[in-house]
Amino acid sequence: MKKKKFRFSGLYMGIVFFMMYLPIAVVVIFSFNESKLPVRWNGFSLQWYEKLFQNHAMMEALGNSLILAVASCLVSAVIGTLGAVGLSRIHWKTKGVLEYISLLPLMIPEIILGMVLMAFFYMLGIPFGMLTLLIGHTVFCVPYILMEVKARLAGMDPALEEAARDLGATGFRAFWDITLPLIMPAVVSGSLLAFAMSMDDVVISIFINGPRISTLPIKVYTQMKTGVTPEINALCTIMLGITFLMIILYSMLQRHKEKKQKGRPIRP
Amino acid sequence: MRKSEKNAVWMVLPLYLFTLVFVAGPLLYVAALSFAKPNEGYGVTWSFTLENYKRILEPVYLSTFAGSFRLAVTSTLAICLIGYPFGYFMAKSPKKTKKRAMLLLMAPFWVNSLIRLYGWIIILQKKGILNWILRKLGLIEKPLSILYSYPAIVIGMVYVLLPFMALSVFSSAEKMDWSLVEAARDLGASGFRAFWTVTFPLTLPGLLSGVILTFIPSMGLFFIADILGGNKIVLVGSLIQEQMTRGSNWAFASALAMVLMILTTLIILLYRKVSNVKELEEMR
Repeated sequence: MKKKKFRFSGLYMGIVFFMMYLPIAVVVIFSFNESKLPVRWNGFSLQWYEKLFQNHAMMEALGNSLILAVASCLVSAVIGTLGAVGLSRIHWKTKGVLEYISLLPLMIPEIILGMVLMAFFYMLGIPFGMLTLLIGHTVFCVPYILMEVKARLAGMDPALEEAARDLGATGFRAFWDITLPLIMPAVVSGSLLAFAMSMDDVVISIFINGPRISTLPIKVYTQMKTGVTPEINALCTIMLGITFLMIILYSMLQRHKEKKQKGRPIRP
Repeated sequence: MRKSEKNAVWMVLPLYLFTLVFVAGPLLYVAALSFAKPNEGYGVTWSFTLENYKRILEPVYLSTFAGSFRLAVTSTLAICLIGYPFGYFMAKSPKKTKKRAMLLLMAPFWVNSLIRLYGWIIILQKKGILNWILRKLGLIEKPLSILYSYPAIVIGMVYVLLPFMALSVFSSAEKMDWSLVEAARDLGASGFRAFWTVTFPLTLPGLLSGVILTFIPSMGLFFIADILGGNKIVLVGSLIQEQMTRGSNWAFASALAMVLMILTTLIILLYRKVSNVKELEEMR
């Protein structure tokens, strides 16, 4: 009786996973297909990749996306990390409110965040382009880093930095030598998450990119609406590759962290 | 101690400024915009009016809200039906399978949702894989046009949001004390009865938080309806986008955004209330 039940659950989970990964597999497989039609397999070919690399607009969008992801990651890492550390030390009444507002970008629907930023930038007279995209991406990247670092700080002993201060280190020195190395894993994993989100975003970017600047997801989105070409398959496969790289980096980091935690009791 | 607090002020300052200017600022600005009078073209006249909100009550726009709501309800129901058993089975499976399933479930989060939706376009389109298979099997003669229809949008929604439901059901089923189910069975309850009177109520919080996690995004995910629905079905999200760009009535778009935000906040509050009541009952 019990065995039969278990088999059914395995089958069910298998089917759901199959449906989950089927579309991704389809995209990758047909990016190497010689035929333009996605039902016929005419043989292995890299021609769609060739066409893609010759497409200047597409390459420019890729460049924009990478610059944007790196820049917004760096800016939000600085703001988020300093903010999280600072928040753990002050005892103002407005602290709770600030924390709530800074996490708001994760809670309200993306489309509202996008339109709200668009109206605001227009009012301030900031021309739509890389700068508005950078600010917009930083808005939704900061919460990821803030949350990761906050969680890490909660498990940290505040006495460590106090000890450094007692031994004569300046505030900056104590932060730089003691606190920052300890929270670094959280900063990096938060940044990776933020990087992935920035590379992924369509809804917010589409409101604030302006007429001239395009990011990769925006390009994919507009192409998808006009029709299906294997060139997009090739592009998607490349983006998948980048994502895959990020996952490997992230899991390596996680493993490193686990190892360190295992080693901790020996050397306090 | 006082000195370190002074340093801390400098540390939180960037966060304070950034959030106040670029998160709170835009939200308040749009809240104000929603009460302003729209001009021809982009601008607004700053005089207090409720016209924009009244306009939402016009049948065209009300039906847009109703349509969005219906789609969100349909998608959430489908996600419950598929995701609940999934999370339940996952919690009951052996430890190794659990770990693997977790990894497989989390990985797509990293993959751009556009790419995953694009796969569905290839599968569902007229000359696509699904029609090809159905034809080979002799089940249909003419290709079905599933892409750019209502079911296609629901498929897209379920596809993108399912992991949230599965994970939240899993985490509550995982925490559950399974010996309670065994006790019920020992006392003579049938398998179904034990599930319905013990397991289901205990995993209900997970199901509810899954509903929140899927229902709120599905009100705003306009690009799924756009890509898989081919713009045939207008949702609140697409309406806001249209009013911001082609319609160029920002005051009306702001009012729409405000209503959407209030609706989602109400749902969150409602959920909090329901889950609090549950906890109180458990304490008793």
